[in-house]
Parts: sequence; structure tokens; C-alpha cells
Amino acid sequence: MSTHADDRPTLAVWKFASCDGCQLSLLDCEDELLAVADRVRIAYFPEATSAMVEGPYDVSLVEGSITTAHDRERILDIRRRSGLLVTLGACATAGGIQALRNGADLAEFTSIVYAHPEYIDTLATSTPIADHVTVDLELRGCPIDRRQLLGVLAALLDRHVPRMPTTSVCTECKSRSLSCVLVARATPCLGPITQAGCGALCPSFHRGCYGCFGPMEQPNVPALRRRLGDLGVDAAAVDRLLATFNVEAFARVESP
Amino acid sequence: MTQRDVGLHVPTLTRVEGEGAMHVVVHEGEVTDVRLEIYEPPRMFEAFLRGRSYDEPIDITARVCGICPVAYQMSATNAMEQLAGTRVDGALRDLRRLLYCGEWIESHVLHIAFLHAPDFLGVESGIAIARRHPELMTEVLHLKKTGNRIMEVVGGRPIHPVNVRLGGFYRTPSRSELDDLLPDLDRAHAAAVGLVRWTAGFEFPEIPDRLGEHTEFVSLRHPDEYPLTDGRVVSNRGLDLDIAGFAERIHELHVEHSTALHAVLDADRRYQVGPLARWTNNHDRLTDSVRDLAAEVGVGAVETNPFRSILVRGLETVWAIEESRRLIGGYRPPPAPFVEVPPVAGTGHGATEAPRGLLYHRYEVDDSGIVLDAVIVPPTSQNQIAIEADLRDFVRSHLDLDDRELGRRCEQIIRNYDPCISCATHFLQFDIERGGAAGVR
Repeated sequence: MSTHADDRPTLAVWKFASCDGCQLSLLDCEDELLAVADRVRIAYFPEATSAMVEGPYDVSLVEGSITTAHDRERILDIRRRSGLLVTLGACATAGGIQALRNGADLAEFTSIVYAHPEYIDTLATSTPIADHVTVDLELRGCPIDRRQLLGVLAALLDRHVPRMPTTSVCTECKSRSLSCVLVARATPCLGPITQAGCGALCPSFHRGCYGCFGPMEQPNVPALRRRLGDLGVDAAAVDRLLATFNVEAFARVESP
Repeated sequence: MTQRDVGLHVPTLTRVEGEGAMHVVVHEGEVTDVRLEIYEPPRMFEAFLRGRSYDEPIDITARVCGICPVAYQMSATNAMEQLAGTRVDGALRDLRRLLYCGEWIESHVLHIAFLHAPDFLGVESGIAIARRHPELMTEVLHLKKTGNRIMEVVGGRPIHPVNVRLGGFYRTPSRSELDDLLPDLDRAHAAAVGLVRWTAGFEFPEIPDRLGEHTEFVSLRHPDEYPLTDGRVVSNRGLDLDIAGFAERIHELHVEHSTALHAVLDADRRYQVGPLARWTNNHDRLTDSVRDLAAEVGVGAVETNPFRSILVRGLETVWAIEESRRLIGGYRPPPAPFVEVPPVAGTGHGATEAPRGLLYHRYEVDDSGIVLDAVIVPPTSQNQIAIEADLRDFVRSHLDLDDRELGRRCEQIIRNYDPCISCATHFLQFDIERGGAAGVR
């Protein structure tokens, strides 16, 4: 039983356009969940609790991308009421898979699938949170890596700045002594341009990286495009490979 | 009956996946408006699936839902394999079932202990339950983790597994990797049985005007197995169709208050999917031990009270653990991790049992494997009419409750269906004339 006066830092979890998977990662920390709940006061986390505490909040975790006018206002309000704002995952950091609408004809998209498009309120773009407000820390991944989330929460509780990887997935393959799927198996792989953080998960399953952690700092995309071309992957297939969960982030790297 | 007015509006539904609101209006004792409002922003999966390669919906549609990604991966791959005429059998099929059992365990336990049980105990969260019952919740968390462990070993990670591909897997696990799961599964089995017995002690409200045994329960049915990865679509009211035939019978209504579509059979046949439907249609496919446990806690061969779905989810969790042990016991690594699935022009249909009910996918593909059209019908879209009907029937017969208690019960009614609002929110293609808002009244 917690008897201390409640001076624990408050934590809020917010959702925008997303699949819920990144916030679910917190509930997937089965071994640590109750310890986390002891050290922070979960003030707003509708997926997990009906209790709602008014802000301001010391730490806000934000999942999802901005796709409606209402959400564009809501994130401004959340920013005002938050101490640190941390974005979770590819939707929040890059616009997510739904950013495939960016550049497409929204009216056509809507008419493909809606009987009554007039009921629908949506923007023409899906954009990352950092396009709208200042973000203090970004956790990459589709979904995020839950060990990374725990590491960040622990660092924030101990009042130091968490260290985030900036190298590519290739370094994780090397540190795990995995043979290179691109070189050894001629498997298309985005590892050379993708930010580390997953522990080289796909290569460990003999699969090429599909870039769910988004571009690393200063990725050499043209070189990888040439290398994939040499493997016989046609240009349209390379385009599709880059156009998934971090499509907007890779697009901005290639056309800044 | 109380001739009073009630206006219940819950702007943010809690302990559900995704974003929704509830709106109930009673005027002079008559329920005049009931809405489960789904305002989760639309993400347009079916639009951007067009032009993708036929091997991509597996990973793309997984992102519809972080709670049931395996369901999406399995329905997508089934559809493409059905189109190609490829059969995935033996150890590869067993591994798929094992992966899916992991998802059932994780999703069901999350819902039972963290989302639904707090309603019965009058507390705010699963964490609050843990403070009252630490020993129980320690075992429940281990049980949930065991489901996630299965998904990690077979799929690479629990949310958006990376190891599923057309025809099978990128890499198949060794026997020892699977055998290592067995001690955890033994402990998890005891926890799941304990969870069923614990929840059996809850008080279960009734919905007097509910359809009861006349409810049309729709689920898959397999000749030998409790339904998971394949089968025919059946109901307790005589429906018996292959998956493609079922799809032709679903009509979807687009209503103003929801970014999800409401599904009916034919023009107006209300039906529901999910654990109660699977249970009622497939009670004879369960193991003896699960049937015995069900009898012990008073769950019969037909269970129609949605409040009691928490018991059926628990019983299905026990079943999924037993099935996992059986699959691991019989596992011999296959000669190749996958079979080839060539691109074939045409339309493929796939349906599997997501934890919250039947999930249907349809893809039209050209001869180079490019997707021309995609349709996804998630379980929560199919249950939305049943949820609203339950709300209406319950409110009508419980006007003696004060607003606070009535509101609390209404939220519980929604949670009875374990709605996945993230799943429900997507755009379907309309190939028939749909009704407007009036169509669901």
C-alpha cells in the first residue's frame, strides 16, 4: 500500500491516429508494470484506467499522428499541460503508415471507402507530432521496443538524459554476430539506413530489415538504392520498401 | 417504469482499445437515442493497400491493431493463399496456430484482468486490483507474459510480429526453443484456471429484453478443432457458408456518428461475433478439461449473457494454453520455413478468429501480384449493432438506477464485447447502396 504523500511524478498517455500498439507496450512490461506504477502516478491513461487526474503532467507519452483539425488543436493543449513530452513510435515520430495519404488525392481515398464522405473530418496529411509542437524525446519503432521505453522512464525518474542510439541496424547485427542478410542471402534490407533500437530483430529471423525504426542520422539512401538495384530489385519495389511505416521520414530524407 | 429523463454522455471511453464515446438519451422514460460513437481518426488502410504487392498486406494490415496483429496477418495470408490455391499444412500450420494461441492468451488476459474485471469490482484499473490481490495478479501477469513469450519465440515480437510471411515463416524455431516454453505454460495453465474460478465469483447483471437464445452467433467452425485459423462460417441459426459466400451476405452501413461501419447479414439480420459465438457454435470442439471447468463454474453449452463473456474468455485462455502444449509436444521442424505462394490474378478471401471475433479480408490481385482492391471487416464493426441494442435494452429496464450507476453499467456493456475501436475504424469500399443513419435503428 502506498502511504507516501503523493509527490510521485505524474504520467499521462495520449493517443492520436495509431493502432494502440505502442501504449500497449507499457502494459506488456509484465515484470516491471507494478514497479513503474509505484514510482509514477498514472494520471491519464484511458486504455488502462478509468481514473483521470487533471494536469499538468510531468511526463506525457504521445502515441499516434496528427490527421484531424481537432487533433491539431488537442496536441497544442497537451503540450501546454506537459512537462516533458515524449513521442512513442512511428506514427508519432513520422506520421505512420497512414502518411501514405500524403501526396495522394484525399477525395479519391475517401470516395474509395466511404458511403458518406461528408460525415468524415480528416486532414489531407498525416504528420508527426514534432511538426506541431516541441518534442523533448522521440522513441522510434513500429512498435517501440519496450526495453527502450523502460530505459527512458527509468532515466527520466533518475533525472538524467536517456541515451538514444543514432547508428544503423547494421551495428546491431555486428554486435550480435548475425551474418549479413543482404551480403550472404541477397535479401533486400533497409538495415544500413535504419536507426538501431530493435536489436536487429528481422535479420535474426533471416529477414531483411523493413525500416520500422525510421532513418538513422544522415543515411546514405542513394547508395542503398544502387545496391538493391544490383540485387535485381526493381525501382518500384524499392519505392514500396521505403514507403511503409516511416514513409514520411524516408521521403523527407530523400527530398529535404 | 420511471418516467424520467436521462442524458448520459461519456466523452472518453476508458479501458477499451482506441477512442470512442457513449451517448444515451432517455426522454420521459423512453430511450430515444443510443450511440456508441467512434471518433478514432480514420486511417484508410483499404485505400493505400491498392497498388501494394500481394505479400505486403501481412505487415501493413497488422498495423490496424496493436492488440490483435496476428489476426490481421493470418487473415491476410489466408486470403492470398486461398487465391493461389496453396495449402499450408503440417508443422507450418501448427506454428501459425501456436502464434495465434499466444495472441489469444495475451489479448484475453489483458481484457479479463485489466479492462473488464475492474467493472465487476468497482475499481479503476487492473493496477488497483493488483494492490488488493497481489498474489493473484502476479500469476495473471505471468500468464499474460507467457502469451507474449509464445509470440516472441514464433513471431519475433508480441506487437507486429516480423516472422510471418506468405506460405509460412522466414525462420522456423528449433524444438528446444519451443520446449523452453513448456514450464511457463504449465504455470500459466494453473493461473488461467484460477482466473476462471475467481471471475466466476463475480455478480453478473442480466439484460432482460435481450434476444437471449434467439441471438444470431456467427463464428468459424472446423471439422475437428476449436476455430482459430480456418473453417466454414456458421451460426446457431442455420448459417453455413464458405468464407467467400459469407462475405456476399454482409452489408455495411455507414452512419454519421461513427468512423466504423455497422455490419448486418442480408438486409437487416443482426448478428454478433466473438467468444460467446465461438463457444456456442463449437462447444463440442473443446477439450474435456475445458468443458469440465466450464461445468464447474456454471457455463453451459450455450452462453448468451454478454456480461458473462469474461468467463468464456477465461475458458478460451485455458483452451489456448492446452492447445499450445499439444502443438509444441507434436512439433517437428518442417523441411523448409515456407512454401511458395505465386501471384495469381483474381479475388482471395480469408477469415480467422481474432480474440474479439471473426475477422474477414478480401483482396483482388492482378497477375503480377499487385493489389487492386482490399476489403477488411473487423469484429468490432460486426458487433456495433449488438452493442447499441444491449445498451438500449439495458437502459430501458434499469431506469431505477441513478445516472452514475447507469452510466457505469453502460460502459461495462460496451466492454463486454472487448471492442477494438482501432480495428473498427477504417474505410470499407462500398459496392452496394448503403443505408444512412436510419438504417441501424
